This record gives sequence, structure tokens and C-alpha cells, in this order.
Amino acid sequence: MFDLKQVQHFNRRQFMAGTGVGLGAMALGALNSRQAFANSMPELGLAGLPHHTPRAKRVIYMFQSGAPSQFETFDYKPNLLAIQKTELPDSIRMGQRITGMTSGQKNFLVAPSIFKFAQHGQSGAWISEVLPYTAKVADDLCIIKSMKTEAINHDPAITFCQTGFQLAGRPSIGAWLAYGLGSEADDLPSYVVMVSRGTGRTGDQPLYDRLWGSGFLPTKHQGVKFRSGTEPVLYLDNPAGCTTQLRRQMLDDVAELNTIRQAEVGDPEIQTRISQYEMAFRMQSSVPELTDISDEPEHILEMYGADVRIPGTYARNCLLARRLAERDVRFIQLFHMGWDHHNDLPEHLGKQCHDTDQASAALLTDLKQRGLLDDTLLVWGGEFGRTTYCQGDFTDTNYGRDHHPRNYSIWLAGGGVKPGLTYGETDDFSYNITANPVEVFDLNATILHQLGVDHERLTYRYQGRDYRLTDVHGKLVKDILL
Amino acid sequence: MIFATGQVGGFLATSLILTLSLSAQAVQSDPLDFKRDIRPLLGDYCFACHGPDAATRQGGFRFDERDSAFGEADSGEYPIVPGNVDTSEMIRRMRSSDEGEMMPPPEVNKRPTSAQVDVIERWIADGATWREHWAFIAPTRPEPPVVQHAQRVRNPIDQFVISKLESINLELAPEADRTTLVRRLSLDLTGLPPKLEQVDAFLADGSADAYERLVDRLLASPDYGEHMATFWLDAARFADTNGYQNDFQRSMWLWRDWVIKAYNDNMPYDTFVIEQLAGDMLPDATIDQKIATGFNRNNRTNTEGGSLEEEWLVENVVDRVETTSTVFLGLTVGCARCHDHKFDPISQKEFYEFFAYFNNVAEKGVYNETRGNVAPVLAVTTPEFEREIGALEKDIESAAQILARLDAELAEQQIAWEAELSSSDFRISIEPAINLLNDQLATKPPQLEQTIAAARESNPVAPATFGPAIGFAEKDHKPVDLGSLFDFDASIGFAVNCWVKPTKYGAIISRMNEQESYRGFDMLIMDDGRLNVHLIHDWPGNATKITTVEKIPLEQWTHVSVSCEAPGKAPNIHVAINGRTVEQTVDSDTLDGTTLTTHPVWLGLRGQTPPYVGNISRLQIFDRPLDDVAVNNDYLQSLRFAIQASTGERSELQQADIVHHFRLGQAAYFEALHSLGTLQTKLTELQAQVPTTMIMEELAEPRETYVLKRGQYDQPDKSKPVTATIPAMFHSDKTPSNRLELAQWLVDGANPLTARVAVNQFWSHYFGIGLLETPENFGTQSPQPSHPELLDWLATEFVRTGWDVKQLQRLIVTSATYRQTSSASRQSFETDPNNRLLARGPRFRLPAESVRDNALAISGLLTSRIGGPSIKPYQPDGLWEELAGGAGEPPYQIAEDNNLYRRSLYIYRKRTVPHPTMTTFDGNAREICAVARSRTNTPLQALALLNDKTYVEAARNLAMLALDHSDDGNEQVRLAFRRATARWPDDNELGVLAKSLERKLELFSSEPEQANEMIKNGIAPADAKYDPVRLAAMTAVASIILNLDEVITKE
Repeated sequence: MFDLKQVQHFNRRQFMAGTGVGLGAMALGALNSRQAFANSMPELGLAGLPHHTPRAKRVIYMFQSGAPSQFETFDYKPNLLAIQKTELPDSIRMGQRITGMTSGQKNFLVAPSIFKFAQHGQSGAWISEVLPYTAKVADDLCIIKSMKTEAINHDPAITFCQTGFQLAGRPSIGAWLAYGLGSEADDLPSYVVMVSRGTGRTGDQPLYDRLWGSGFLPTKHQGVKFRSGTEPVLYLDNPAGCTTQLRRQMLDDVAELNTIRQAEVGDPEIQTRISQYEMAFRMQSSVPELTDISDEPEHILEMYGADVRIPGTYARNCLLARRLAERDVRFIQLFHMGWDHHNDLPEHLGKQCHDTDQASAALLTDLKQRGLLDDTLLVWGGEFGRTTYCQGDFTDTNYGRDHHPRNYSIWLAGGGVKPGLTYGETDDFSYNITANPVEVFDLNATILHQLGVDHERLTYRYQGRDYRLTDVHGKLVKDILL
Repeated sequence: MIFATGQVGGFLATSLILTLSLSAQAVQSDPLDFKRDIRPLLGDYCFACHGPDAATRQGGFRFDERDSAFGEADSGEYPIVPGNVDTSEMIRRMRSSDEGEMMPPPEVNKRPTSAQVDVIERWIADGATWREHWAFIAPTRPEPPVVQHAQRVRNPIDQFVISKLESINLELAPEADRTTLVRRLSLDLTGLPPKLEQVDAFLADGSADAYERLVDRLLASPDYGEHMATFWLDAARFADTNGYQNDFQRSMWLWRDWVIKAYNDNMPYDTFVIEQLAGDMLPDATIDQKIATGFNRNNRTNTEGGSLEEEWLVENVVDRVETTSTVFLGLTVGCARCHDHKFDPISQKEFYEFFAYFNNVAEKGVYNETRGNVAPVLAVTTPEFEREIGALEKDIESAAQILARLDAELAEQQIAWEAELSSSDFRISIEPAINLLNDQLATKPPQLEQTIAAARESNPVAPATFGPAIGFAEKDHKPVDLGSLFDFDASIGFAVNCWVKPTKYGAIISRMNEQESYRGFDMLIMDDGRLNVHLIHDWPGNATKITTVEKIPLEQWTHVSVSCEAPGKAPNIHVAINGRTVEQTVDSDTLDGTTLTTHPVWLGLRGQTPPYVGNISRLQIFDRPLDDVAVNNDYLQSLRFAIQASTGERSELQQADIVHHFRLGQAAYFEALHSLGTLQTKLTELQAQVPTTMIMEELAEPRETYVLKRGQYDQPDKSKPVTATIPAMFHSDKTPSNRLELAQWLVDGANPLTARVAVNQFWSHYFGIGLLETPENFGTQSPQPSHPELLDWLATEFVRTGWDVKQLQRLIVTSATYRQTSSASRQSFETDPNNRLLARGPRFRLPAESVRDNALAISGLLTSRIGGPSIKPYQPDGLWEELAGGAGEPPYQIAEDNNLYRRSLYIYRKRTVPHPTMTTFDGNAREICAVARSRTNTPLQALALLNDKTYVEAARNLAMLALDHSDDGNEQVRLAFRRATARWPDDNELGVLAKSLERKLELFSSEPEQANEMIKNGIAPADAKYDPVRLAAMTAVASIILNLDEVITKE
């Protein structure tokens, strides 16, 4: 009943309140910033958490939005070549539903990958030639070929990955973690999101704020989107004509007047507000400091690839992800758009891989060389897979693939996950899973587990029910854990 | 509908309640309360296996029903034997440490504490008094209790509140001062701060009923309806977009206007409910009653291409069930979609019986990439529209008369025209690469003779006035497949000339692969007759698209020419209609890449677009562009051919065709025809602007409803057809058979929930939290209301007064409870952070909308105008674009004119990218129904208030008002402060502000260029009459004021 953390929280508030006037200035100096932050944001997390010793402190989730094809990346299907352009056997399809985009198609001709595969590293993982950099870090990867999902269209599928439910309204995984574990970061939010647009298919599928939303959890737990422009966080910059000196003066005045009022009306919420204004002020320097990469040495920039020099690219976001990880941001999520390759797959997928391959591998390598990979869990993957049969025109050099929820490939690395493992099997058509299926719920349960959270015990009561990210599902994928 | 979980809130509130309830339990003599002490334990630890869900029920008994819990289980044991702990199997099992016997079983994560088992044991020992869940029994009107501090009682609300306080030796806090009260009332009833004149008038009004008259004045203000509607929009998940994937715009503001008006007209709540749920089914339903039903069309609708119809038809209905049951019943009926409800007595079958009420809407499940409103819709014209349309129709009539007169006048000149044309030769020197359906030249390439002949054979052919024609019928429409006849390579250039006579618009010619990013070329007549030309590499990001302004008429032979110069950018494309180059608009000009495709050339069709029906003749394709002269010559040459070919034997149709083109050649006629066309276009456009709104409408043939196994849309249990009815838990003697009867049953006064749920929602507007803190759930898992008798009294009072909404608001705000000061000791806030005891007045941050509206009003920027389409206030650039896909909406355009400063309930709500400051201040994304918001306190809020243009501009405007007010600095800051808080600053505060102003003046004097920048924030210009340094300094001080906790807080 009596919980130590909450008592600490309470005492700290009392302490803060007791100091009275001049707190604004004090928060700047006397208190270290972590204390002030903990007081101001929610951010001690829940009592009893973590449930067990965490294996990872943070997650970097590189979401490949639009659904990358497993055929051209990680799920090598050499036997398709011999039967290419033949009809997908009914024994494989087994009457499974397909989208309205190909359900009218006359035939479902098997399309092998146009790209070659080779085995890489000690582990001998099969990786396609369009991912040369990823191939070099094969021995650090845990590739899962047997992911499956329930949704067949983008909106419900990506919402499902993020919130465990196909429809809007539930908290996203990062929000759950912010709610459960609070924040480790001093002057930064605990859940940061960055989006980038692929070159493979301009005008691709959109994203939505709900993907990093807080659902029924308090809104403070939602992801904060860092943007690529001059103002990474909305409203971060002082308005024109307002110098830092003026801002400081204004904040001191606000704090002084608020303190006077607090003495009058007694509401401790005013104290919290004073702290939040200080936190806002600190963010005005901590965020630009984070996004300014001028202190990165040339060899690091080169490692991430040429795009890293362009703000808003996937490569830049990968580098920023590392910088956020160094600052203990708990959940860092990148979304890279452009993977929805219904047509022109060879060309479009090639471009997407070019966007992401080098930087994803560089992020892994960079974390590793800094000793951060051990306690950072990397996740790379999309919302579903793609069909073994061709959508639209089918020539020797060109084809497309429709949505396929029954299996797809992702990879994990670091954070207590076994390196050099390829997990799960699919049939010759990569149409059905033949061994070790991993549901989205299982993946999410496993991510939570690595952060020290029992997915069955991180709950929030809403509508009279104890909701959780994994609903009534989810089992830990123990096989892939160290 | 708003309840707070402040920073420290949850824990302390819980601890207080626990302290109270535990202390009750700790003392042996204190009686246990079944609903407070026992039911929650049964729900938390037992219902999962011994509850309402028949599918997961174990042991043949359930703890949500008395007779079953006290009866014999499958094992032969009795779970609960009232008065006998030793023979109550439940206690034995809960105490057991044997893994095979212990309850809950070891695999269950949730474990009761031994203190909780003690409580259950004591309850059984005391005789196991059982009560039905309070919320499922209709409220009886409690007698307001007698209280000691009777002098504080202003109305019965206070008796309930004071009584509870007295029971723990507390009393009401003193009444707040009048300034605080006028501001509190104004913010609560109108969402806006009081004007200073209003404050002064109230302070000066010494009459006994000054307060009540102020309340009445505010309730009568149109601002009241706007403010009340704001909360309702959350409940109704109102938005301006459809919510899925590309999130296209829709238009439901007529419904929002209806809600505002309903509140302002004080529509009784029962009517409010009936019209929104089933206004369409009322006898002789009015337009307004139909508009009201938009409530249940506000749900998201899926437009994502490739989605499955049946799946989303189900989700639409599920959303309506969840919304309706949450908003009006406070029940989580949705939890019974996949299985029987785990906690409340609602079976899965009953879920689908409720579902059946909403399964009859004449709608689709998926509106494939459709923009705008989707059926069923209602067009609602206004008198202004009617007038404008009438005027246009008159103009069209007179234009048609002019044309008829010209017909007669011109007839004589035709003979001379024909003679002149016949004697000329307009042949052009460029050989076509392809020549089809042209008697003057041989078919080229010759091998197409066969194809064309075969196609002509199987298709209806019109009289060949300008050359042999090929026809396209609507039935069994087939394009003519010309194979890889021609490349239409934009990088080389080409031209296409042909004659068309459409009866239905479609593609004249295409070579495009829709499956391959629409790569290729087409000439496509849109459904309004305008011609599109596409040159596409990858749609939509890499393509040229132009559209003609002029239209191609139906049922007339028209010469159409498209000439394309390399590299196929929009200005390189020239379209001529009947030999004249026409004006065109550019829709897309981003082509960079090949337009070559392996797809065959088709005549009469392009992919999935509607087929072209009618005739095509004299098709020539050139492997280079043609200039204007050549195009016109080709046209004239065709005319000449037609005249010559028909000499002496002209049919009526041929004559009509030739007359038509003769007239087109006469300037006066052409102009008259053109102006008639323009007027007709205007009329069509105007008619399209008549606003529509989505409404409910029943299908003539009801849709079958089945129980869906595991809630899956594709798993209907055909053995279990169900019909619409309400769950048995209501023990109702009425069985509503359709949506209208359901609505009537909700408000028939006997319903145990509707009135309680409604008054609880209203209560939370004022106190920040409901009497029941979970407005979304009145089920068995809900916590105890803070004042159960008060909740019931208010519910019965609401029904008794004929569901009079304004009367209810009046009742609440005129209570002494509401009028208490919100200032309190630190201890008061710490022991009761959410103010559940009501021992002080409400104090909490304003809702998102009011945060903005308040700043606009304080600074004098606010524009009051009720109703109409949504508005787009300041928003950082690029927010939509960075998340939008290829079919996203156009860029966000900040509102022009005074729409910029209108109230926030009108802010355009794009569900997938909500307005950032609405979200930051805990506004709802409106994706699903919500009857509560969280209330957080974050650094992002500080950043928004400090830096968002909205607030910086407001500060500047407030500064101007202050400078206008006085030349004295102290007076300036006093005014600014008072506008923001309604009170004068005390000496201490004035000291801070005055010093602040001084320091800002110093700062800006030394940096005048910063001052110039500071006063330029926002669109509204600063008047040149102000000294920039003074204005900038005062702006900074005004910004300080607008950032004060008090200013964004209701006290």
C-alpha cells in the first residue's frame, strides 16, 4: 500500500514547496537538473517498476512504414525461381483473404526476388544484395522471419504494431513505457519520434499522430516529435525579438508572480507549473544541443552515409537517435516512409534500401563502439509483409507485391537479444509460417520484458478494465533472448 | 466531462479514499458496505472465471449474481454460506497455499492481500449482505439530509455536500470573493473571461439576487451554447476529416451548428438525445432533426484503398455501439464484442442485439479513396443560395435566347461559308505516323485495317460526318486494343488529332499502366466534360497533368487535338478544341522520367476509370508536336471533307453537324455559346457548394445481424441471427425494436443510467471531476461515487424538471458548494488533491479550447461569430505535409480575415494530425468517443504559451490596450493584469510587474532592433502610433501575464 517511490516523490515536492520564493532561479542552480526534472515531469514511473532487472535501458525502433518485402531483404526463397510466373497453389494460399487491390486479379503468379542473396558472417545469415551494410553486421542481428500480424491494410496494421489494437484509442508502446518507467533523461522527453520520407516511393502512405499517441493514458506520455527544421520541437524557439536574456527575465518574473499566487491560494499545481517553465527553458538549450551535429567527427558522419548531412533524412535521424540514446531517452522511434511497393518493386525497394541500409548498420556499429549496444534494443521492421505473387505487370525486370499479413521479416539487435541468430521459418513461398511464429503481441511483450517490464502487469484501469499493451495476448519470445 | 489527474492527484486521492475506507474496516464495529468494500474485490479477483462471461466461467457459479454465489457449485461445495465462514469454500480457497486449490489460481497475476481476504471473511461472517450494483437500479429521490451548518445551504446540493463534510468534522470553505466568482462563472458558463464592464457591473450590483441574475445573463449568452458544445464534440468524436489513412476532409459543421443552437435554445436533454440518435426516424422529420443524426455519422470512415467492405461495415457499427453506450449509458458495452462482458451482465449475444440497432444504415464499409462527405448525406441550402441560383438560372435563359436569335440570323451565311471552304485546301505537310478512320488517307499502318474493321463490326457506329467512326457501347464495353502502336514518349514529343462524339465521358485514348504508378499517357474527358491530359512517370509525385477550362459537349462531333513538345512539362502541352487552342489549368508539373510503358494503347478506356461511350473518328497520331496553324488546318480540312463528301445527299444528322461547326466558326455565335457555357458552369459550381452534412438513414431492407464469433467480421454465426433489443440487465418492460425506440427508452425516465450519466458529465465541467470519477464507466467495476445520494438526487431532479439543461447548470452554479473559495491550505490540497470532498471551490487549468479563447478575449482579438465551417488558426508550417502520404490534403492554409481569431471549437480538426496546441493542452484527437480528458502540466505547454504566435500576438495586442489606457506604467500593467485575471494586482504583484516593465524598457532601449521584431509577431499589424520600444516592453510584460498560472486556471 505504501510505496517508497511515491513517498520520495511526495517528499521532493514538499521540499520544493518549502523553499518558497526564488525557486525559479534555484532550479537553475542549486538543484541538479535531474531532480528538478523528476519533480516537474511525471517521471518517476510507477511503483514496483521495473518488475525485474532490465536487460536494456532504451529502445530505438526503426519503423519501416509501408511494409518492406521480406522476399528482397531477409527471407531467401531460392525455390521460387524454378516456378516463377506459375500460379500460386491453392494448397499454399488456403483461401486466405487478400486485399481489395488484388482480389480482382485474374491470376496470382509467383514472383521470385530479382535480387541475389548470400550468406554473411559467422552466423551465415541470408541477406539480400540490396542490404550490403546490414550484411556486414549480420553477426549482431537477430533476424525474425516469422513475424505475423492480423491486419491487412496500412492504417489498422501500423496502429496495431504501435498500440496493440487495430483501431484508434489505445496508448502507443512508447507511451506505455513512459507511463510505466518514467524518464531517465535529464532535459529531454522520454519518448521521441522522428519521421523521414523515403526516396523509393514519393507520395506513399501517410503517418498519423496516434502512432505515438497516449490513448487513454494522460497526454503527457505521448511521444514528442522532433522535426527536421530549425525548430526541432514545436514552439521551442523564442519569438522574434525575444533574446535569451529577455526570456530569462520573463521566466523569473513569471516564477515570482506564480510563487506569490501559490502562497495565496495554496495549490501545489502552481509549483509544478513553475518547474515546467524551468524545464521548458532548459529544453531550449538541450534540444538544439542535441540536434546540432557539428561536434560529430568526419569519420562518424561518413559511417552514416552522405544523407546524414541533410536534416530530415533517415540517416540524420539515425545519428540523432544515437545522440538521444546517449542522453538516456527511453524510447526513440524513427519512421521511414515509402515501403509500399505494389509496383516497380525492384526500383523502389532498391531506393528505400539505399536510404536506410547504411545508416541502420552505422547506428548499430556506432552504439556498439560506444558500449551502448548492450543496453540499447534496436528493432527494424514494418507493419506486415508482401505477397509471393505479383501485383500488376510482371516482366523479367519488374513486378510488384501486395500486402501480406501472414509472415514478414524484422530484425532486432543489442539489448539482451541473441546476436547472429535467424529465427523462425516460412514455407517455400514465404506465404505461411512453418516454425516459431512471432505475433506482434509477442514482439511487444518481448520489448517490454527487455526493459524490465512484465507486459501482463503494466496495466491501466480504464472503462473498469485493466488495459495492457498486449491485451490478453503476448508471450515472451524466450528463444531469442540471451 | 473533464476530470483531473493532477501531478500528485492519483496517489493522494486514492490514499485518502483508502484511508477513509480502511479506517472504516479497521474498526470491527463499523459495518461493511457491499458495494464499497466487497464488490470491487469480487470484480478484481473473481469475475474473470466466476463472472458474467459464460465462456470462461469455471465451477458452475458466478460472483456477480447472489443466488449463484450462495448456491451450490459444480463441486457440490457452497462458495459463500452467509454467516458461516468455515463452510464457505471461497474463504478456504483464498486462504489455501496449495497450488492446486488456491484462489485466484497461481498463474493469475493479480493477488488479493490478506487484509482483503479478511474483509471478505468478515463480510461473510456478518451475514454476507448482498446489494445489486447501484447504477443498474433506477435512482430513487433521496431526501436531502439535515445539516448543522444550515445557514450555508443555498440549495439541496449543499445539504448533501455539507452532510458528508460534517461527518468528518469539516465544513464548507467560505464563499469566494465576487471578482473570483464572476470570472469563475463566466469561464464555466461561456468559456470566456468576463469583460471588465461585466465585472464592474457585478461588483456594483448590491441587490440580493445579483449573483443569480448574473448566472441568467450568462446562460442567455450565445457564448454559452458554444462552450457547452465544445465538450459534446469530444463525446460525439466530431472532426473535419474521416480519420483513416489519407484522412480526407469531410464537412459536418452543420451538425456542430445544430449542437450550439440546441444548447442555446435550451433544448430539453431528452429531445437532444432522441434527435441525435434517431431524428431521421421521427414522423415528418425536419431538416434540423435529420442534421442532428450526424452524431452517429461523426465516426471515422475508412477510405484506404484495398480495404475490405465487410470488415469496416462492422467497425462503423461497433463504433456507434461504443459511443452510444458510453455517452448515454456510461456502459462499456463494447467489451462484450468478442465474448460475454467480464464484469457487467452483458452477454456477447446482447452486444450484437444492441449492434443491430445501428446495423441498418444505408452506408458502405469502405469508401475507396473518396474525398468529402459520404452517403447518406443531406444538402442544406440557405435562402441566399436559393436566390443566387435563381438569378443564374435567369441569366442562362436569356443567354439561350440570344443564341436562338443568332441561329436564325446566321443561317443565310452558311452557303457562302461552305463554298469558300470547299474551294480551299488545308492539307498539312506533316505526315501522320498513325492514321485511322480517315477516308482521305490510307490506314497507317495497314495491318490495323483488320483490327479497326473488326472493332467497327462489333460496335455501334454513328453516321460518319467527318470520317468513318468507331463506336463504344456502354454494355459490354471493350477498349480497342492497338497494341504497342505508338509510344507517346514525352521526351520526343507527339500530337494526337481526332474527332469525338461522346455520350458518356471517359478516356479517348490511353497508354497507361495503372498498376505501375499510372505510368504513361492519356486523354481523358472528366465527368464534367473538361479534358485531362496526363503524362506520368510515377503518380502523383512525378507527372504532368493539365485540365482544359473549356468542356467537350456531349452528343456533338468535336475536333480534339493534343500536342506535346518535349520534355512534356505542362507549358509544352497544347490542347485545341475545334481548331482553337484553349485555356488550361496545370494540376501537376513534376514530370521527370520516362512515360514509356509496356501497357497497350487503348481507344475508349483507361484502366479503372469509367469507359468512354460514343464515337471516335479520324484519329491521327504524329511523331512530333503540331503548331496552332497545323491543328486549325486539320480541323478545317475535316470540315471541308465533310462538306464535299455530303454534297447533294446530306442526311439530317450530317446537316446538323455541319451547321453546328459553321456556327462555331462565327465569332458572335461562338461568344454567345461561350458565355452560356460559363453561366452553366457557374450554376453547377454553385450547386456543388450547397453545404451537405452526413446523416443517418435506415435501409429499406434491414441488414441481417449475427453474433460474430470472437468479434470477427468474417465469422458470423449464422445459427445465431439476432434482432435489435436491449440487454436483460435493464429488466425493462419495454423492448425497443428500432433506433428511435431505443432513443426514447434511454430518456423515458425509468432508465437507471441516462440521467445519472448526464448529470455526472455536467458536474465535471464545474468541478473538474465527476461525482463518479469514471464518467465512461458506471458498471460494476466503477469506483464509488464521492456523493452517491447527491448524484441520484441530481439525476431525479434533472428528469423532474423535464430534462431542463440550463436549469441544471443554474442549480449547480448557484449552490454554496460551487461558490466556495478555491484557495485552501496546503494540507487541503495534499489530502484531497482532486477535491472529492468538495471542501473548497474548484481550481484547475482551463480546457485546451479555453486556454486559447481566453487569451484572445483578454487581448481583445477574439472574433465572436457563431457557426459555419471550421477555421484554421496559426499552426507551425509543414505539420500536415511531413506526415501526409501521396493523397494527403493540400497544405494547411492559415485562415484569412477575422476567422483567424474565432473560438477554438471551430478549429479544423484533422484527426491524424490534430492541431498541436489542442493536443498539448490535453485536447482530444477525436478519433473515438471521449467523455473525459486528462489534465497534465508539461513543459510543452510552457513552450506553447511562451512562443506560439497566437499568444505572442495576443500579448502584443494586450500591450496596445494597456498603452491606450494610460501613459503611466503602473496603470498600464494594472489594466493588463486585470483584463487577464478580472482582479487588480496587489501591491506585491504590482511591484513585480512595474519593475519588470522597467527592466524590459531598459533592455529594449538598448536593443531597439529587437523591439521592432518583437512587435511584428502575428498577422495583425501593430499600429505605427506606438513607440516600438514601449510597445515591445509592454508586450513582454503582457506575455508574462498571459503565462501566469492564474490566467490559464479557473479559480
